[in-house]
Amino acid sequence: MDERRRDPEALLALAREEEARKHRGKLKVFFGSAPGVGKTYAMLEAAREQKTAGVDVVAGIVETHGRAETEALLDGIAILPRRDVEYRGTVLKEFDLDGALARRPALILVDELAHTNAPGGRHPKRWRDVLELLDAGIDVYATVNVQHLESLNDLVAQVTGIKVRETVPDSVLEQAEEVELIDLPAEDLRQRLKEGKVYVAEQAAEAVRNFFREGNLIALRELALRHTAERVDAQMQRYRREHAIGVTWPVTERVMVCVSPSPFAEALVRAGRRIATRLGASWVAAWVETPASARLPETARARVMDALRLAESLGAETVTLSGPKMSDEILAYARERNVSQIVIGKPARPLWKRLLFGSIVDALVRGSGEIDIHVISVEPAAPSTKRPRFRPRPTDPAAYGLAVGAVVVATGVAWAMFPRFELSNIVMVYLLSVVAVAVRTGRGPAAVASILSVAAFDFVFVPPYWTFAVSDSQYLVTFAVMLVVALVVSGLTVSIRAQAEAARERERRTSALYAMSKELASTRGIDALLEVAVRHLLDVFQGRLVILLPGADGRLEPRAERLAPFHLDPNDLAVSQWAYDHRQPAGVGTDNLPGAQMLFVPLVASRGVVGVLGMRLADPDLFETPDQRHLLEAFANQIALAVERGLLAEEAQSALVGIESERLRNTLLSSVSHDLRTPLAAITGGTSALLDHTTPLDEPARRELLLTMREEADRLNRLVQNLLEMTRLEAGMQVRKEWHPLEEPIGAALAHFGARLKGRPVTTTIPPDLPLVPLDPILIERVVANLVDNALKYTPAGSPIEISAGRDGDGVVVEVADRGPGLPSGDEGKVFDKFYRGIRSVTGSGLGLAICRGLVEAHGGRIDAVNRPGGGATFRFTLPVKESPPALDPVDG
Amino acid sequence: MAEPAAARVLLIDDEPPIRRLLRTALAAHGYTLIESSTGEDGLQQAATRLPDLVIVDLGLPDLDGVQVIRRLREWSTTPIIVLSARGQERDKVEALEAGADDYVSKPFGVGELVARMRVAWRHAARGLRDDEPVFVVGALKVDQSHRRVFVGEREVHLTPIEYRLLTTLVRHAGKVLTHDQLLKDVWGPPYVGQSHYARVYMAQLRRKLEQDPARPRYLLTEPGVGYRLVDE
Repeated sequence: MDERRRDPEALLALAREEEARKHRGKLKVFFGSAPGVGKTYAMLEAAREQKTAGVDVVAGIVETHGRAETEALLDGIAILPRRDVEYRGTVLKEFDLDGALARRPALILVDELAHTNAPGGRHPKRWRDVLELLDAGIDVYATVNVQHLESLNDLVAQVTGIKVRETVPDSVLEQAEEVELIDLPAEDLRQRLKEGKVYVAEQAAEAVRNFFREGNLIALRELALRHTAERVDAQMQRYRREHAIGVTWPVTERVMVCVSPSPFAEALVRAGRRIATRLGASWVAAWVETPASARLPETARARVMDALRLAESLGAETVTLSGPKMSDEILAYARERNVSQIVIGKPARPLWKRLLFGSIVDALVRGSGEIDIHVISVEPAAPSTKRPRFRPRPTDPAAYGLAVGAVVVATGVAWAMFPRFELSNIVMVYLLSVVAVAVRTGRGPAAVASILSVAAFDFVFVPPYWTFAVSDSQYLVTFAVMLVVALVVSGLTVSIRAQAEAARERERRTSALYAMSKELASTRGIDALLEVAVRHLLDVFQGRLVILLPGADGRLEPRAERLAPFHLDPNDLAVSQWAYDHRQPAGVGTDNLPGAQMLFVPLVASRGVVGVLGMRLADPDLFETPDQRHLLEAFANQIALAVERGLLAEEAQSALVGIESERLRNTLLSSVSHDLRTPLAAITGGTSALLDHTTPLDEPARRELLLTMREEADRLNRLVQNLLEMTRLEAGMQVRKEWHPLEEPIGAALAHFGARLKGRPVTTTIPPDLPLVPLDPILIERVVANLVDNALKYTPAGSPIEISAGRDGDGVVVEVADRGPGLPSGDEGKVFDKFYRGIRSVTGSGLGLAICRGLVEAHGGRIDAVNRPGGGATFRFTLPVKESPPALDPVDG
Repeated sequence: MAEPAAARVLLIDDEPPIRRLLRTALAAHGYTLIESSTGEDGLQQAATRLPDLVIVDLGLPDLDGVQVIRRLREWSTTPIIVLSARGQERDKVEALEAGADDYVSKPFGVGELVARMRVAWRHAARGLRDDEPVFVVGALKVDQSHRRVFVGEREVHLTPIEYRLLTTLVRHAGKVLTHDQLLKDVWGPPYVGQSHYARVYMAQLRRKLEQDPARPRYLLTEPGVGYRLVDE
């Protein structure tokens, strides 16, 4: 409908559609005017042709009804076994959708699109099964009769007098690649009926004969033919557009259908659709909430909701307006949306009411300007079987008490005023009390208050006093006016309050949506986003919530469970997965898997579906109204966008991290290659010198070379160890902590230095009562060793190194202090960065201190460096001690 | 036996450079080196050639080094020294508890290896005779017949557990003892795994016997593995 009217962006949409269509299965519908025209036969014939051409054809479900000639056509075509469904004691054989999807034929045959599936199936209607087959890329041949088309349903009922309940939305037929009309003149069909070649359901033969009256058949045939003709016309238009054949773009038309609580509402909606289709216009179904409508009984409201839902399913936009006067609201909206046609039902009110109060139609016609008004006369539709839902209206007994009390108070005040004031002013006092009651309560108590006021006024203040008789008939007028005023005022205030209530409700919802959007915009991190979303959703919808996002393996898993702990059973998970895969809402209140306990709405963002929102509502009927569903979808939209944003941010972050580690890797490689080559050069140089016969070397010289080589080999060893340690740290190392006295790792570290410490005074100060510390001895030994190595490298030979340990709050601190040049001021923190080497170029990879930091922090401790008063630097690290070591058995003396 | 004259040493190591190094170095000490490059072959050689000591590398291609030790220990008491890489402390502990006598970490000095070999031989020989009653190393003197311990001239008083700990170390002087071995010996099998007992008491011993407990002369810590009492 819309596509014809949009601007050239439609061409792009067309192109995308083509693309999508390539992956989707193709639907061919065999369309007939009545049962028995031979649709199934035609379908099977076409299928056989395909099979001969080599296509993999499977009969999904074909109703032969025992007709031999039809069954003969099935010969050779694989038949999909049906699904057995137990229903009310009998076993029904239904189409097996999952079996078909698993079998994945190229072409599948599905009879009777309008069939309603037995409960327990994935979809309530067979045409929805067909949609799913098409989504999966399977081509489908299907059959349907004209009377099953949604938009023609009531026309058919009018013509034949038989209302058909199983309907197929027109959109399904519109999706079809091909619609083949199977047509038979009425006499031929009746002949076939007589010959028993037509399937008859178990209906009374009478009803069947009724249906097959000649008049009916002719009319049905006309409907079918006309529908096909319209479709061909649409095809032609599309063709012309695609090929840019001089088409004058018609002016944008838009149709607006005004829904009312009358029983004709659904018929009106269908009529509106037919008008819209014929004009090729988009259409809107509107319902105006007025103060009067707040008082509608439940059945009437339900009719409105049903009509709106029907309109939505037929492709309309639905909107609920509110205002004091229906016609004003309709016209205002129509002007806003550039509506060109308004469709409204013929007024049902009796003439005198129309004359007195005016009718909507008259008001519309008067104010319509250039908008066309279509006034449709429709037959009443069959009563709706849908369950009505509504909020009960409170009747508060306390309000009546208030009414009585107010009158009493007014009487008291009036009594006080009586001596000095005229009667007219006394009346005002009562009036005031009535108005006050009306403002605070409903019509009932206000009416009671006005009657009581009148009675009190009569009784107390009107002669003859203390009786209800009236001496002067003019007081009757007073009474009447007071009563009328009271009723009018209370009526007004009630309706204003109701409107205000409705507006508040609407505002609350909109502001909830706005609040959530605002907060989402400023939140980072997917889990934080989800928590925000859940919080806001819980505010608006009462019930339990869960948000599912695909995990690492692609399966959905619940997130943000902290705020909304939820136990999902496997059924619910399967439903949620379906909603995710098919990008459609599934569960209670939808047409997909309506048997589920929960409603799942997919979160669809620009890149596709990012997750699923699941709700178990406290009031499951809440989603019967399109309003609430729209609201939920609006929320879901926002959440989807926010989640997508979060995902994109994460991707960007990991890309950044990737770049950073790439950079570090490069730095490491260049640093390492230099640091490896230096000692290797010394070793190879030394060895080649030693092996060289031509160079004379005396014993001390040889010894010198050998010592150098050993030192360099040691250095190489240390470098390799550092690199290994660094790699382990980056990969995330496991710290195996056990209780150790500090002197063990310190002593072990010092022991490794051996000769390098010669000439250096090294002092260790460890108090004997220092507690055991939980640490990994190998790692802490490395830390101390690296710190001492650092001191040896950067401080002059012979200068002292002091190692001490002590308590630090709950933990311990170890200090390695030297008397060297100290740290460049300002750089104290930077020394622990990778590859930092200080001002003097000293050999070494620059990793040692970085490793110290990594290892210390892996223990939960901290490391830093400060300059010492008097020269030199102190490197200190702390290790936390959170608990006390396990007690020792007192076995020792 | 202390050290058998012209001792034959079986080396099970799959790396040619190590074999080459030890071939030269050990020959200089007068040992004959029997080489093997796989675990299975090594076990066969051990059974047929009956070496005086076996050096096993933990990183063998076919059998796990620890498995080799276990199978060897099923029928032989020959001293076993393990070559292991740095940082594989768990493997060293496992090897020691499977029956190896000592270990060296790569890269190692040949002198260190030979010293450990000698200690292992000493202990193997001692096993056939009674322990000597008095043990002396440096300033430390342990008189087991009188249950008295001296550091230089000063007598040191030890608690029963500390004494048991010290004498265990003395009994294995020069060899490394794992935490669990110590725990089993001093406290008993139920205490295996609770290594902090060993550490606490070692710390106490160190404080009583060492001049600078942070830089011990006698009671060396082998981080992640256990302890070793120096014997010379």
